[in-house]
Amino acid sequence: MSAEPALPPHALWPAAYASLGDLLADAFVQFKSETALIECSRRKERHRLTYLDLWRATRPFGRMLQDRGLGAGDRLAILMTNQSRWLIAASAALLRGLTLVPLDYKLTGEEQAALLAHARPGALLVEYGLWRRLPPLDVPLVIVSEAPEGADLKGAVRYEDLPEAEGFDRLPRTRDDIACIVYSSGTGGTPKGCLLTHGNYLAQWQALAGLYPMAPGDRFFSLLPTNHAIDFMTGFLGPLSCGGAVVHQRTLRPEFLRWTLQEYGITHIALVPRLLEALREGMANTLDDQPPWKRRTLGALVKLNRRLTRDTPRHAISSKLLAPVHEGFGGKLRLIFAGGAFVPPDLAQYFYDLGLPVVIGYGLTEACTVITVNDLRPFRPDSVGPPVQGAKVRIADPGSDGVGQVEVSGPTVFAGYLDAPELTAEAFTEDGWLRTGDLGHLDGSGHLHLVGRARNMIVTSGGKNVYPEDVEIAFRGLDGASCAVMARNFLWPQRTLTDEELVLVVHAEEGLRPDLLRAIQDANRRLPEHKRVASVLAFGEEFPTTASLKLKRGELAAQIREHHTPADLVTLGAP
Amino acid sequence: MTSSITARLIELAARRFGRDASALSPSDDLFEALEIDSVQAMDLLTDLEDAFDVEIPDYELQDARTFAALGEVIGRRAS
Repeated sequence: MSAEPALPPHALWPAAYASLGDLLADAFVQFKSETALIECSRRKERHRLTYLDLWRATRPFGRMLQDRGLGAGDRLAILMTNQSRWLIAASAALLRGLTLVPLDYKLTGEEQAALLAHARPGALLVEYGLWRRLPPLDVPLVIVSEAPEGADLKGAVRYEDLPEAEGFDRLPRTRDDIACIVYSSGTGGTPKGCLLTHGNYLAQWQALAGLYPMAPGDRFFSLLPTNHAIDFMTGFLGPLSCGGAVVHQRTLRPEFLRWTLQEYGITHIALVPRLLEALREGMANTLDDQPPWKRRTLGALVKLNRRLTRDTPRHAISSKLLAPVHEGFGGKLRLIFAGGAFVPPDLAQYFYDLGLPVVIGYGLTEACTVITVNDLRPFRPDSVGPPVQGAKVRIADPGSDGVGQVEVSGPTVFAGYLDAPELTAEAFTEDGWLRTGDLGHLDGSGHLHLVGRARNMIVTSGGKNVYPEDVEIAFRGLDGASCAVMARNFLWPQRTLTDEELVLVVHAEEGLRPDLLRAIQDANRRLPEHKRVASVLAFGEEFPTTASLKLKRGELAAQIREHHTPADLVTLGAP
Repeated sequence: MTSSITARLIELAARRFGRDASALSPSDDLFEALEIDSVQAMDLLTDLEDAFDVEIPDYELQDARTFAALGEVIGRRAS
């Protein structure tokens, strides 16, 4: 069990609050003159708000919610790219006691509409470009941001036209009330809307703030989508309850990311492993162009830095010792939170040696943000860290090597899935522990090591969870063929968390005919890159189904394991 | 209007990636025709923003995969 970490003196104490709305209201007062939000687009700054400005900016939106009769328990869906209005509207809604439904702006319009139909929000806030892609919706109130003046919004309200307001009534919530409904899977199967309480979030931030305190003057660069659990915590609730600022850049193009890091002296950032890898490659290429004596000098300095930071990160020393590297990141970057997917140990070590510590954790939406996290005392890239304060981790049915399914309990574990009692029941053990579906073991010092996945899903290095059910839709209607998509690791467990692949299992009377294979390749090509299947397996038998013709996935997987090996896979190759 | 934007777009894309503009057609999948990945496509977006004086959100590339579709996005945002 980890010791209770101390919070910095200026930070608000999450344990003392009943709701996120109460916490934010106090932050607006306590840090009123500090910078809260900066938004830039390309190389132009668009907005800069202090905490007091932010509080004022919540008023028109909060007032509109109130005038429309929306309050405690009603739902506001947000469908926006990262920008200050995301946080302004979310703050207003939390102060009004509404439940947030953050939606992934990277899904298709149809997928977003399906989640909206499932969540049934009382209002939707959506960016104009994303609104245009949506099919007709059954949402009582739609507010569109950034619509051109005079655009036909079909009855929706233009955000820019909201009237000024002096204030609105705040409504109380308790720690057991639902703060957010966060979708952890797509639309192919039953949507999994995770019900996360105010208590879940407050307990999570209580644990994290002690480990990675932020302070007024610190600047967090919000890059991962804010609907994602990591950015919702590190790019919204966390900085704002410590007096830090959140910086948004409206494009993710590398040249502007670099500019933003340097222009605003970013101190904290969260990245997915794929972006970290791209940064490492870029740095390696730059280094290759340097004369040998420079490369040797840098190598020696990296070694020295490694020795000096063996016990704990020392930004002041590292940023001087390796000044050119640090200046490339703006010179003030102190912490990189890595998440969303498995972080290869060598990748984390590479950045740590440069004096840019990578915080590796492990979490899932069903447990708020993180369950375990590396506390950097000392840095250990080989594990995903010990459980955070309050969380308990156990390994179910461990084998002789100690590896088994990771199960979790604690104050950050969710209340269940929205309108899906069967899925909720499946998610928990009989004694109330959350089944994560991941395989791992705990070492002697209580650090968790992940070794693979027991779930039928894959996670890309870009942090995208891909569920076979969502991909299967693309292969419906192929002439004379039944199709099922499975994670290769689910069929033949490899104990790996990188380079995961999807397999298309096909049953057709005449086998994998050339025209069928071509149709499969065409359908695959139309999918976004991260959803494409890597190979095809011809399956000789009819798929096992229930009486209502629903595919029995577990049974099919068992039959495949019995009759096939990975050698039977036909690789689709690059499209 | 959109067709002239698309023609200009093809010209700019061909120049950036060293392709022959006359071999590119509005209905081509721009990723395939230019043999580029999504990161390279982002560089193209920045060129287009400068040339047409518009802001094109990154997510527009998700749906607009052909030159014509991207031309339409630019036309809509420029109007």
